[in-house]
Amino acid sequence: MDPKLKKTKDSSSNSANSPDSTHSSFLFPDEVLERVLSLLHSHKDRSSVSLVCKDWYNAERWTRTKLFIGNCYSVSPEIVARRFPRIKSVTLKGKPRFSDFNLVPQYWGADVHSWLVMFAKVYPFLEELRLKRMTLSDESLKFLATSFPGFKALSLLSCDGFSTDGLKAIATHCKNLTELDIQENGIDDFGGGWLSCFSENCSSLEVLNFASLSSDVSFDALEKLVRRCKSLRILKVNKSISLDQLQQLLVQAPQLIELGTGSFQQELTPRQYEDLETAFSNCKNLQTLSGLWEATSLHLPVLYAACASLTFLNLSYATLRSDELAKLVAHSPNLRRLWVLDTVEDKGLETVGSSCPLLEELRVYPADPFELDLHHGVTEAGFLAVSHGCRKLHYVLYFCRQMTNAAVATIVQNCPDFTHFRLCIMNPGEPDYLTNEPMDEAFGAVVKTCTNLQRLAVSGLLTDLTFEYIGRYAKNLETLSVAFAGSSDRGMQCVLQGCPKLRKLEIRDSPFGNAALLSGVEKYETMRSLWMSACNVTMSACRLLAKDMPRLNVEVMRDEGSDDRQADKVYVYRSVAGPRRDAPPFVLTL
Amino acid sequence: MERSLAYENDLSNLEATELRLGLPGTDESEKQSSRNNKRSSAEMDNSCEKDEQECAPAPKAQVVGWPPVRSYRKNVLHQKNESELSGMFVKVSMDGAPYLRKIDLKVYKNYQDLLKVLENMFKCSIGVYSEREGYNGSEFAPTYEDKDGDWMLVGDVPWDMFITSCKRLRIMKGSEAKGLGCL
Repeated sequence: MDPKLKKTKDSSSNSANSPDSTHSSFLFPDEVLERVLSLLHSHKDRSSVSLVCKDWYNAERWTRTKLFIGNCYSVSPEIVARRFPRIKSVTLKGKPRFSDFNLVPQYWGADVHSWLVMFAKVYPFLEELRLKRMTLSDESLKFLATSFPGFKALSLLSCDGFSTDGLKAIATHCKNLTELDIQENGIDDFGGGWLSCFSENCSSLEVLNFASLSSDVSFDALEKLVRRCKSLRILKVNKSISLDQLQQLLVQAPQLIELGTGSFQQELTPRQYEDLETAFSNCKNLQTLSGLWEATSLHLPVLYAACASLTFLNLSYATLRSDELAKLVAHSPNLRRLWVLDTVEDKGLETVGSSCPLLEELRVYPADPFELDLHHGVTEAGFLAVSHGCRKLHYVLYFCRQMTNAAVATIVQNCPDFTHFRLCIMNPGEPDYLTNEPMDEAFGAVVKTCTNLQRLAVSGLLTDLTFEYIGRYAKNLETLSVAFAGSSDRGMQCVLQGCPKLRKLEIRDSPFGNAALLSGVEKYETMRSLWMSACNVTMSACRLLAKDMPRLNVEVMRDEGSDDRQADKVYVYRSVAGPRRDAPPFVLTL
Repeated sequence: MERSLAYENDLSNLEATELRLGLPGTDESEKQSSRNNKRSSAEMDNSCEKDEQECAPAPKAQVVGWPPVRSYRKNVLHQKNESELSGMFVKVSMDGAPYLRKIDLKVYKNYQDLLKVLENMFKCSIGVYSEREGYNGSEFAPTYEDKDGDWMLVGDVPWDMFITSCKRLRIMKGSEAKGLGCL
């Protein structure tokens, strides 16, 4: 291996690499190393690789094509541009997760535009952009659409700031688009005309998801698009698409792997009903089904033929009753993932337990989150029933109004492999309803039994004991969400001291104060971020933290009318980019 | 800990035309804006702050962002709950026709759409609505039975109010409908 070649490459980069010892390159030429490393896809592996030595750092940065940035403020576009010359795919995440629940004001930041400007300069061949909780304007979308001739895939989840006009630009200009995935964004819907902006030559789409938009699209344009795109494997339409329209689409695309239906309620003639049934039974590759708005027992049977191959059934927008769910899951023995509304009640969950032995993930969302009536929704009984029948369960998100310590203990005994345990007892500070005790033992059981636990969300009446348990046992925990819980600083301290793999900690409305915050001074640089809102933290402690740890950004937002000394909302995150320069006036950077 | 109200004004709602005492915008239960596709997550936060000063608190005061359900999901489900309560399939009869039809009022966005469908369904001409003359001059006039059991001319009230109060439709012969059209 000619050492001069290597030096040329090094000098073209900006990193201050001193001339490396060349004997290692005789043993392992760059090209071979790069060839090997280009097979690495996991960004965690790549991070490890880049730490081995300078040769490997260089080889890794030249071969990285996918960029994952979990916190857009942890690094700057300039730093990224300097390090990675050949990026084709970018995933960027912005706002703290609690922004999904209105805890972060509008105009907080996480605007993607400065990133796009850098990408246009350094990565003109960018193909994929996946954004989560970022802000982007229609101008940004237009800029994106016109700056990258090879652009293929756009995925927007929980973003805001744009409208369907921006989507028009994407549909119009991205001639090679393979993926357009628009999910649950704060988007201004000015109409469905954007869909008609796809050119008649566009036949490359593989993924089209516009389920969360509400305006009508031109069915004619959609049908022609679906017919042209022979590689379409994921199609999720919105509510404006009726059942008979759906049938026409399915006839054009029986190869679909994932389908999101439109409105599932329509007066159909017997002939139309039959055609729909046939269309579904012809979809032999269907693995995922979602949408199903307004679905009732009248039309659900058309799905039965397609259910046999389903591995993921998303019924979280269908207010099904227990009997309706029972029939569906009876036809779906291969389900791995199931999302439902709590309208199915415990009885519905019992049928899941008996029909879906392969189930790995269950999410039960509340149909009426603000309803205090205890007679609605699910209880510990439903969860227990599922745990009895589905021993492979490892992911759960469960919204309920009552729970007991004993039930949870049994549940984790049945299913010890939980990696994600998110339990939301909807009334804040709710005790075990049978014993009236705190729910400490429930979560104690979870962390003691489920040694692979990565993500935990706690709820109910909880004392510091819960957090002692977490600190002592949850050695693989990476994400912890806390609300209305704990008794003193000690709780948070236990977690910070005891959980070596903790990356994200988000806390609201809990009595943790300055001592707790400052006990994590050494810890926060090993984490992605910390969020504390409506706790007992003061400005002075935040300032102290900011002073001691220059590589942490400490940002505070104060609520209207609150004491000057209180730090109502605190967001702490590590960053190599220094304090952010785009902070709005209501964000105090300390 | 701040307890803010998490609701939005719904200007196109039935309540907007109701006569009542109290400031506009006060409401007893959580309602969503008709344009809830907007940046509702952030918008709600700001509007919470403002509205709290103007309006009386709702009986069920809610904590911001709790339970942790994304705004998008909350909006969609709330729409669903409202629509399920109203039940939109109504019978349609036409004078002289041998059997009745049923239509789902939810499917239509405005009177124009509805009238066009009715014209197609019954092969009749209904014409254009005018506030003064009703459907004067047309062969047929669309009427409906409202919640109180009264027979009303289609088109007088806002669309959203119409679909929640309409129990059944009857397409009357023009001659009979004259009585409804004149004030």
